[in-house]
Amino acid sequence: MTTHTLSILVSNRPGVLARIAALFSRRGFNIASLAVGETERPEISRMTVVAQVDDEAALEQIVKQLNKLIEVRKVLELEPNAVRRQMILVKVKADVTTRSQVIDVVGLFRGKAVDVSNDSITIEATGSTEKLEALLSMLAPHGIQELAQSGHVALARGAKSLTIRNK
Amino acid sequence: MAKQDGELLTGAQALVESLERVGVEVAFGIPGGAILPAYDPLFDSTIRHILTRHEQGAGHAAEGYALVSGKVGVCIATSGPGATNLVTPIANAYMDSTPLVAITGQVNSGAIGTDAFQEADIRGITMPITKHSFLIKRTEDIPLAIKEAFHIAGTGRKGPVLVDIAKDALAGTAPFHWPDEMELPGYRPTLEPHARQVRAAAKLIAESRRPVLYVGGGVAGARAHRELAELVELTGIPVVTTLMARGVFPDSHELHMGMPGMHGTVAAVGALQKADLLVALGTRFDDRVTGLVSSFAPEAKVIHADVDPAEIGKNVPVDIPIVGDVKATIAGLVAQFRKHEAPDVDAWVAMLSTMKERYQPRWDEAPDGQLSPQEVIQRLGELAPADTIFVTGVGQHQMWAAHFLPHETPNSFLNSGGAGTMGFCVPAAMGAKVANPDRMVWGIDGDGCFQMTNQELVTCTVNQIPVKIAVINNNVLGMVRQWQSLFYEGRYSNTDLNTDSWPNFPMLAEAMGCAAFRATNEEEMEDVLAKVMQINDRPVVVEFVVHKDAMVWPMVPAGVSNDEIKVARDMAPEWEEEVL
Repeated sequence: MTTHTLSILVSNRPGVLARIAALFSRRGFNIASLAVGETERPEISRMTVVAQVDDEAALEQIVKQLNKLIEVRKVLELEPNAVRRQMILVKVKADVTTRSQVIDVVGLFRGKAVDVSNDSITIEATGSTEKLEALLSMLAPHGIQELAQSGHVALARGAKSLTIRNK
Repeated sequence: MAKQDGELLTGAQALVESLERVGVEVAFGIPGGAILPAYDPLFDSTIRHILTRHEQGAGHAAEGYALVSGKVGVCIATSGPGATNLVTPIANAYMDSTPLVAITGQVNSGAIGTDAFQEADIRGITMPITKHSFLIKRTEDIPLAIKEAFHIAGTGRKGPVLVDIAKDALAGTAPFHWPDEMELPGYRPTLEPHARQVRAAAKLIAESRRPVLYVGGGVAGARAHRELAELVELTGIPVVTTLMARGVFPDSHELHMGMPGMHGTVAAVGALQKADLLVALGTRFDDRVTGLVSSFAPEAKVIHADVDPAEIGKNVPVDIPIVGDVKATIAGLVAQFRKHEAPDVDAWVAMLSTMKERYQPRWDEAPDGQLSPQEVIQRLGELAPADTIFVTGVGQHQMWAAHFLPHETPNSFLNSGGAGTMGFCVPAAMGAKVANPDRMVWGIDGDGCFQMTNQELVTCTVNQIPVKIAVINNNVLGMVRQWQSLFYEGRYSNTDLNTDSWPNFPMLAEAMGCAAFRATNEEEMEDVLAKVMQINDRPVVVEFVVHKDAMVWPMVPAGVSNDEIKVARDMAPEWEEEVL
């Protein structure tokens, strides 16, 4: 199994997410993460899909099948060096005696506290999967009460961009 | 009369006007609540609407119409069950790349998602089996959706498109504007093959010693039979035609080795297995052709020409991919090949011809003076006019029809290949006859299949569509029974249909307004066939009572190498002798 990040530009229309998801499901491809949002042009959305595949041929099939969808405008596999970010919100047990320890750890990872109560603190952090896993492992001894993770968003490095020319 | 631009129309009027503008002449369907507004202007339209007895019949009829006419077939149904009854034909059209537009009514846009009466999310249901689909909630969106739907269905790799229209969009009004442009920036099929690839392919063909043209349904769909014939004449290399391509190259040609696959001829299967080069044209290396894929054509390089890039490399690795319209590709190959000498294939052709001669598909005589199904099908093919369109259901009779009918004319053998839809025959035959009323249309159906969709014979009678249906009655679900004989020690679980007792097929057919006959022996067969060829004023049903133990041979059992082909039970061809 290898993991690949696909950046897919689609027409921003109702049902397009269902179409992409249905395609992955029907063709037996695994989605590890999915993030969707409008691009700099509101009529176009970008879907960032992290897919797990058995081999190169399977990846090629995914890209070809995606390209067949009428509402898919462009598909690009991002290079391993692309900028990839994920965001997490994590609620950690922390009372007056441990709160500062938690905040110290979070500071090391450049996260921030976004909510606090007498016995918990909610942290927001962004970064690569590895960094966030490291943060979570540091927080685990305090007791993770709740975790929400976003899908990955990613862009290729450098000046080139995956855009769609105006007609 | 064509509506003026800007004229205030109801959505229903705009729909019918749009259908007329894209050139629809015939539609098959059934009205109901949600689609009802559309049926009112349809009443005054130039479009011939044929009221079927079941939506599945409408769908398959539209497929039959499309396959013969080369146009996009149209079927119409209401929301909920009307729409879900179209699911099988839509899936069938998707598997066989048949151009089809299915128009369904949907509940009022405000009621969508509330489990309203006769509501079904037909767009969601059909998402994996359509090339594209639309859900239209606004009156003004109808013309563009129809224009785009027909464009998508009928271009590139053809296929089914669903247009689901909310009832209030049909009932509402808006100024009618026929769009000049379509808004499909994500749909640009590659039609023109890459010249460098075509050159490389021509060179590889010229250098090969054991090449074979592996021709699929795409060549039939692209109407590329003339280009194919030219390529064969120029290169002199052998041809196999898949189930979906039967007739695109005449069976009578000496270089035609027959149909490959699970029930293919030894010569065709052998041609693929022993080849050093496969020239795959508009075909998709289906598992029914390749058998166990790891042992398929082990020595062959592969040239794969297809309009759908996703087919290339999907099932087998490809040496020279050519994406493009297969008609343009074959024409390009012909032009390029003129710069080369024809390959030296004499020994190869001689070997395949010997196999073709030695292992013709054949059958054992039926016991006790009964009819054998193969004999009936062959005789019917001999007596029918040369331009007859044959349509089959799915199962043993389909395979026998693929082998024993004369396949000399392109786009004249319709059946359900990829999906294997039992019940395809009667409605598809109806559609074929509507598309071409001057040609005789013979359906070859099984007793199992016939009982799934025969109600469309009523539609045929009412609408004066005189198809002929041969019901090959062997009393059982024959293909399943064959597998039970071969792989389940003859334990015939639920394959006996009791069709020797019920229904009485001639009575059933007569009740539906058909001329009906039964033949149980050779004499009756000859007599009946001679008689029914002359009946042209109403549908005809002939029941041929045949023995139930006939099997389809040759056969490659599922999931094994094509080298394991058997020409009869426990009888394999002698490959050793044939090695070059």
